[in-house]
Amino acid sequence: MSGHSHDHDDPDYSVLPSDPALRVKSLETLLVNKGLVDPAALDAFIDSFQNDIGPKNGARVVAKAWCDAAYRERLLADATSAIAELGFSGIQGEHMAAVENTDDVHNMVVCTLCSCYPWPVLGIPPTWYKSFEYRSRAVVDPRGVLAEFGVELPEGTSVQVWDSTAEIRYLVIPKRPEDTESLSESQLAELVTRDSMIGTGVISPPGDSNDD
Amino acid sequence: MNGIHDMGGMHGFGRVDAERDEPVFHEEWEAKCFALNFAMGGWRKWSIDASRHAIERLDPATYVGSSYYKRWLEKLVNLSLENGLITEQELRSGKPDAGSKKEVPPFDAAAIRSLLKKGRPSDREVNQPPRFRIGDTVRTVTDSPVGHTRLPRYARGLEGKIVLHHGAHAFPDSNAHGHGEAPQHLYGVRFSARTLWGKQGNLKDGVTLDLWESYLEPRE
Repeated sequence: MSGHSHDHDDPDYSVLPSDPALRVKSLETLLVNKGLVDPAALDAFIDSFQNDIGPKNGARVVAKAWCDAAYRERLLADATSAIAELGFSGIQGEHMAAVENTDDVHNMVVCTLCSCYPWPVLGIPPTWYKSFEYRSRAVVDPRGVLAEFGVELPEGTSVQVWDSTAEIRYLVIPKRPEDTESLSESQLAELVTRDSMIGTGVISPPGDSNDD
Repeated sequence: MNGIHDMGGMHGFGRVDAERDEPVFHEEWEAKCFALNFAMGGWRKWSIDASRHAIERLDPATYVGSSYYKRWLEKLVNLSLENGLITEQELRSGKPDAGSKKEVPPFDAAAIRSLLKKGRPSDREVNQPPRFRIGDTVRTVTDSPVGHTRLPRYARGLEGKIVLHHGAHAFPDSNAHGHGEAPQHLYGVRFSARTLWGKQGNLKDGVTLDLWESYLEPRE
């Protein structure tokens, strides 16, 4: 599958090896040798997503909103600033909005056109969020998708889907589970799952293994 | 463009398969591909809108047949060629063309960390007051532009209600094609599931999209 036999008249760009790992290696070598890319920048970028930027950040925001009524108000009014108070900001989170789940409304987030996602608070999206299955169905069959995630909502709850078609990024504030009054903010943060902040999960009370 | 990327509401893709305890990256090449896209973005030869459009422009069979990071790889190669950052000869040989000048990368480690932290806000000041207010009922246009647009097909020609005003933001339909940011007011517009999907929509449910002002008309 090298495709080299028709290199010379190939109008598309499928001239690199077909194995993506080899193609990326070959492209990286070329770009570094041309001085277009600094390998240290690549390492720093990857390291940030592996170690600093991820759903633990969003969990801290949610736990603080649960514990601090004034913070919750600020988060709902101006999420970008409220999230920056905790030190989280930047690319793909320049314009944040927080939407709160209640007994009446369950929010969930999708990007049907690509895979927009609030990186500073949730990191890189999971594969399912980027999948054609989720992108196609979250808007037309949100309750079916939620059922596949094991989420069952009370009869009267409205499902509101946010399709991220612009540069606004949505963070769902999940419902605080019952029987957590005695927990500290950091203990609460441990309970907050990534999926609950996308809206495809709900948070089980502590000790309940039936989590998402 | 009415492309394959515009997937909202399509049937046939099946169940959502969520992997448990998924790693940040499955393969090293995926991490590298992702990082290369951002490092090359530092040349400022293409906007985020042009970058999204470059993925949409992949032929539909390639789009559907490629993983997320493979699409990003194809996009990066195409944008780098189209913007003259690399040549087809270099892509074939894997080496800089003879006599080509060695550049200085726009991002070192500190600069890319700074970009991650600061981001690139898309909100802009405009002189025009917003045409719509929260609570207004609007109707989306039915246009089918061949270029980049962020009004999905499933929400065209329908009535919705303004629920948020986000200020003005760079307009992707212009910016993706190098025609300037041409900022417009941006609104969160809520559509009832019944409006979007007819009998298949749940009476209680809705979908909210962020839509630029020129996608919207006042209700007649």
